[in-house]
Amino acid sequence: MADKKYRVVHYLNQFYAGIGGEAKANIPPLIKEGVVGPGVPLQQALGEEGEIIATVICGDSYFAENIETAAEKVVESVSSHAPDVFVAGPAFNAGRYGIACGAACSAVSKNLGIPVVTAMYEENPALELYRKEVYIIPTANSVRGMKDAIPNMAGFVRKLGLGQSIGLPDEEGYFPRGIRVNQFADRTGAERAVDMLLAKLKGEPFQTEYLMPTFEQIPPSPAIKDLTSATIALVTSGGIVPLGNPDRIEAASASKFVEYNIAKVDDLTAGAYQTCHGGYDPTYANEDPDRVLPLDAMRTLEKDGTIGRLHHLYYVTVGNATSVANAQKFGKEIAERLKEAGVGGVVLTST
Amino acid sequence: MRLELGIIKTKDVQFGEETIIKDGTLYVNKNELIGLALQDGRLSEADVELARPGEEVRIIPIKDVIEPRVKVSGSGELFPGVIGKMGTVGSGRTNVLRGAALATVGRIIGFQEGFIDMTGPGAQYTPFSQTNNVVLILHPIDGLAPHAHEEAVRLAGLRAAAYLGKAGKDVAPDELEVYELSPVTNTILPRVAYVYTLLSEGLLHDTYLYGVDVKKLLPTLIHPNEVMDGAIVSGNCVSACDKHTTYHHLNNPLIKELYRRHGEDLNFIGVVTTNLNVTLADKERSTDYASKLVKLIRAKGAIVTEEGFGNPDTDLMMLCKKMEVYGIKTVLITDEFAGGDGGSQSLADAVPQADAVISVGNANEVITLPPMKHIIGDLKSAEVISGGFVGCVTAGGGLNIEIQSIMGSTCQLGFGKLTARGY
Repeated sequence: MADKKYRVVHYLNQFYAGIGGEAKANIPPLIKEGVVGPGVPLQQALGEEGEIIATVICGDSYFAENIETAAEKVVESVSSHAPDVFVAGPAFNAGRYGIACGAACSAVSKNLGIPVVTAMYEENPALELYRKEVYIIPTANSVRGMKDAIPNMAGFVRKLGLGQSIGLPDEEGYFPRGIRVNQFADRTGAERAVDMLLAKLKGEPFQTEYLMPTFEQIPPSPAIKDLTSATIALVTSGGIVPLGNPDRIEAASASKFVEYNIAKVDDLTAGAYQTCHGGYDPTYANEDPDRVLPLDAMRTLEKDGTIGRLHHLYYVTVGNATSVANAQKFGKEIAERLKEAGVGGVVLTST
Repeated sequence: MRLELGIIKTKDVQFGEETIIKDGTLYVNKNELIGLALQDGRLSEADVELARPGEEVRIIPIKDVIEPRVKVSGSGELFPGVIGKMGTVGSGRTNVLRGAALATVGRIIGFQEGFIDMTGPGAQYTPFSQTNNVVLILHPIDGLAPHAHEEAVRLAGLRAAAYLGKAGKDVAPDELEVYELSPVTNTILPRVAYVYTLLSEGLLHDTYLYGVDVKKLLPTLIHPNEVMDGAIVSGNCVSACDKHTTYHHLNNPLIKELYRRHGEDLNFIGVVTTNLNVTLADKERSTDYASKLVKLIRAKGAIVTEEGFGNPDTDLMMLCKKMEVYGIKTVLITDEFAGGDGGSQSLADAVPQADAVISVGNANEVITLPPMKHIIGDLKSAEVISGGFVGCVTAGGGLNIEIQSIMGSTCQLGFGKLTARGY
């Protein structure tokens, strides 16, 4: 066994580093010697073979708003400590934190050539952004999953630290990156094909060797022939709701969409509407909710006769970490209601 | 229809005064072989070299590889309708020089010839590093059009293989492989068909069935023995990794596997050959027709093999979708083009019904190969064949090249053991 410990640098957001919540989310990257927060149990799990020599900390908002600069600064701090492994998170289902973990890992890997790993929940939007470049270990969707996340991360960090090769996703417990690697199988393709066919014929389980990417083909509707007689509706995944969020749409992983009547409203104002979306800085949306749901502009188009009229209901949900399955379900139901109401076109805003 | 393949185990190849087989060694009369090739006035020069397993030899650029054979009894001749008299093959006795191969080499025809390393890390990607190769080097007369050049080399290769095969006509085989599609009495066994797609895009991407250019073919039913006995020959210059050489057609591994399990695990009811043409109307027509034939013979399951990639991915997916809609359980064999880093989507087309796919590897993988002591052909051609690039030949004569350029590396008949897995 090597007598030299492998060196690890850990990345955390301001919250897990114990610096503060949303109020401190704007702090730029800083580096502390040794372990911080979840780094303590992570170090325990790593044992004697590896050492977390430093922790890089950054505010989630700062990172999300300055991804390139933040990542550069992280690379700089990490570089001066010359670690063998870089580990970030776990981020669970926190979207901004997940993106910071993914972006930091990606930048460190690209610029310093150091193996990297992070961990997050399967619906964290950062997963799809970074899974190809970064090993990402699955976790539960909240901090309650910390107990399980730490040993899984430690096991992976250890492998990277000792320079061991990383096997298949199923064996090693990371999200498949979608990287195709050639290998020699035990049997020929022809033998495997006949086995697979027999399993398929018998209804027995089998594993395809290449999973088809499945695209849902959505043909665009034909253009509206006469906009001046058409009813247009507003739909948003940006979370604009009446003040106080009366129907309690979740800030992330929305379980529902809601319709609100705007027949008597011409302008969305700060005291009457807000966003309930948890994935972006709400300051500007709350200052003027028309910025996300452009009701004022639609009223102008209605008055000057560009469109026939604006539908009296608008539909809202939150797109933050919302699963594709839920998003498809909401979309279908909203479309059915709009069709029934004779709506000819939709302005769909996202954030 | 009963076919006996008389296997003559060929362990070595040498030049000799007479073309004969003696104690497992194939002796080749070089001058006779050259003279035979030059009977075609479109070829100006010919030479023969030998390459055996384990030798430090790289053969490049290779067009086709053919197994030397001879019809001993039964109707038809070797490669009927092409160089042999027309007559249905697939019955009687055919002697096979197993362990020998004839490879055609020479000035590049279509940018999609390939290479074979007889040893080193490249050897494991091609079955032809394990065969005793008689390499026929052919040069065309000046000004010969590519399609005529292709035809001349194709025919010269087939004739040379037949010439070598004749040496085995009166040799007692070491063993017999018997192929007979006997009726299955166990009605519980699932009826399985094989859909054999053949490249037919034209412009040097063609295949011949009994001498018929298959792009003019409506899909048709064929007995597997006919394939095993030379009914299909390659005229194909698609990428080396996944074109079916004539050798592959003669030794179709999927037909062998379906035979092996016939009457035990399944009821092998036949082979439907179809083409891979370029226009949408052709694709619709051929895939309609092929899937209809599979349904007509009441198959419960089918395996489809692809040849080439990209454009034919669409035919593969159409066949899959149409057969699945008929309720025929379908498995596809394809290779992948996932980029050098393995990170791209692998196929040009996809349907959700394609839920059972055998991958025979990512052809874009780049490998580094050491120099070889002897080059048969022209090493510089590596820079223009598919999978190579300018600068892929290193100063010392090594190669940095995609496995796409290696003969049969990702054969979609399932000949080899290579696969790609998702990391």
